[in-house]
Amino acid sequence: MIAIIDYKAGNLTSVQRALAFLGRDSAITSSAAEVLEAERIIFPGVGAAGTAMFDLMRLKLDTALVDAYGRGKPILGICLGTQIVMDRSEENQTRCLGLIKGEVLRFPENLSEPGGRKLKVPHMGWNRVKVMRKHPVFDGIDPQSEFYFVHSYFPGPRDTRNLLGETLYGIPFASVLTSSNLVAVQFHPEKSGRPGLRLLSNFCMWDGKDHA
Amino acid sequence: MLSKRIIPCLDVRDGKLTKGIKFKGNVDIGDPVQMAAFYYDEGADELVFYDITASYERRDIMIETVRKVAERIFIPFSVGGGIRTVEDMRLVLLAGAEKVSINSSAIRDPGLIAKGAAAFGSQAIVLGMDVKKVSPSQRIPSGYEMVIDGGRTFTGLDALAWAKEAERLGAGEICLNSIDADGTQKGYELHLTELIATSVNIPVIASGGAGAIEHIHDVFTEGKADAALIASITHYGTHTIKEIKSFLHEKGIKVRMTW
Repeated sequence: MIAIIDYKAGNLTSVQRALAFLGRDSAITSSAAEVLEAERIIFPGVGAAGTAMFDLMRLKLDTALVDAYGRGKPILGICLGTQIVMDRSEENQTRCLGLIKGEVLRFPENLSEPGGRKLKVPHMGWNRVKVMRKHPVFDGIDPQSEFYFVHSYFPGPRDTRNLLGETLYGIPFASVLTSSNLVAVQFHPEKSGRPGLRLLSNFCMWDGKDHA
Repeated sequence: MLSKRIIPCLDVRDGKLTKGIKFKGNVDIGDPVQMAAFYYDEGADELVFYDITASYERRDIMIETVRKVAERIFIPFSVGGGIRTVEDMRLVLLAGAEKVSINSSAIRDPGLIAKGAAAFGSQAIVLGMDVKKVSPSQRIPSGYEMVIDGGRTFTGLDALAWAKEAERLGAGEICLNSIDADGTQKGYELHLTELIATSVNIPVIASGGAGAIEHIHDVFTEGKADAALIASITHYGTHTIKEIKSFLHEKGIKVRMTW
């Protein structure tokens, strides 16, 4: 069973619908016990880091996630979920889970594209991901594929070994992170058409081992 | 960098597309779910559904349509038309839409934008604007006035001021429709689009007037739009999304070419 962690942070049914389309059963849950029993875990989220961490701690899902990570269960972070796995976030000055070293930063106000036009924040829409090396979760995905993003903050991993994918929006930023059995994507695979579905499908079959 | 988005717009009444949409094979498709699936496969970046169901009591039909669409397509889509309360928004979003679009209800009650943004996040709230060109005046300094009821009623609101106010209240995106250009197929209202798109820091979807591929090119370059709403240009088989995107790609505009 795939557990989709529910901490009141957004529309989780879209992730569940995408998994159902792929023929995968999943359960939306806020029970720490169920998360620890699950075969694999999806950790989504839309909203603010401060509230999300507060809710995770209230439901004891913070320790459940850290435990599940330690036990080698495959975990996929999505959007805010990806930011929450870092040490801390600039958003509401929040201390996060610390599964990956580094800080979550806000896009600077004065971003501009090469032509000089000012870029809008949030970064919203379709953008490419430059995948740095082979990884089972990106297996069979065309490098030209684009993914759907909606965010104002992005993770800044301290160790480049955690950087799996990079995206350009005025500046290059880490759009995919990994650390052993964890992969975390800043975009929404459940809203990214076929490449997104392929990523979810790959995740569902992943043994959690990084063969790099 | 972000791709410019191509967004087909589908008008739905009582769970059916209002115009039977004809393709090159001359097949009429009246089912919004099939149509959404078709555009998803064709490479649309997003979809907009506009519910013109007259009766408020029959809105549950639209919710059912949204649910079925969400089970079949995995790109963002928004739903507009008849959304008057936070509860209306909640039903549409829970059924699987990524965004809701509010138009005249936001003019009547600007607080609805703030309430929606607080409940679901700004990214879920699109402000629909119907705009008509007027003589610039003290009341309407931009020379563009907000209209409602399909353009029949002038509101006395300046379009530029309203766009900025909506952004301040928490709208995450603007769908900007020129009533003057709408239905003409003579091109988008470029001046209006550029005015609004360069004055707010949220994405602007240009709407109204697309009849040729060049019009879409122009609204991205001259109009500075972030996305283009299209209807008849693809609904009646004049062009496919792929043709539109290939044209834009060749002209150096970044669009999503792989799907």
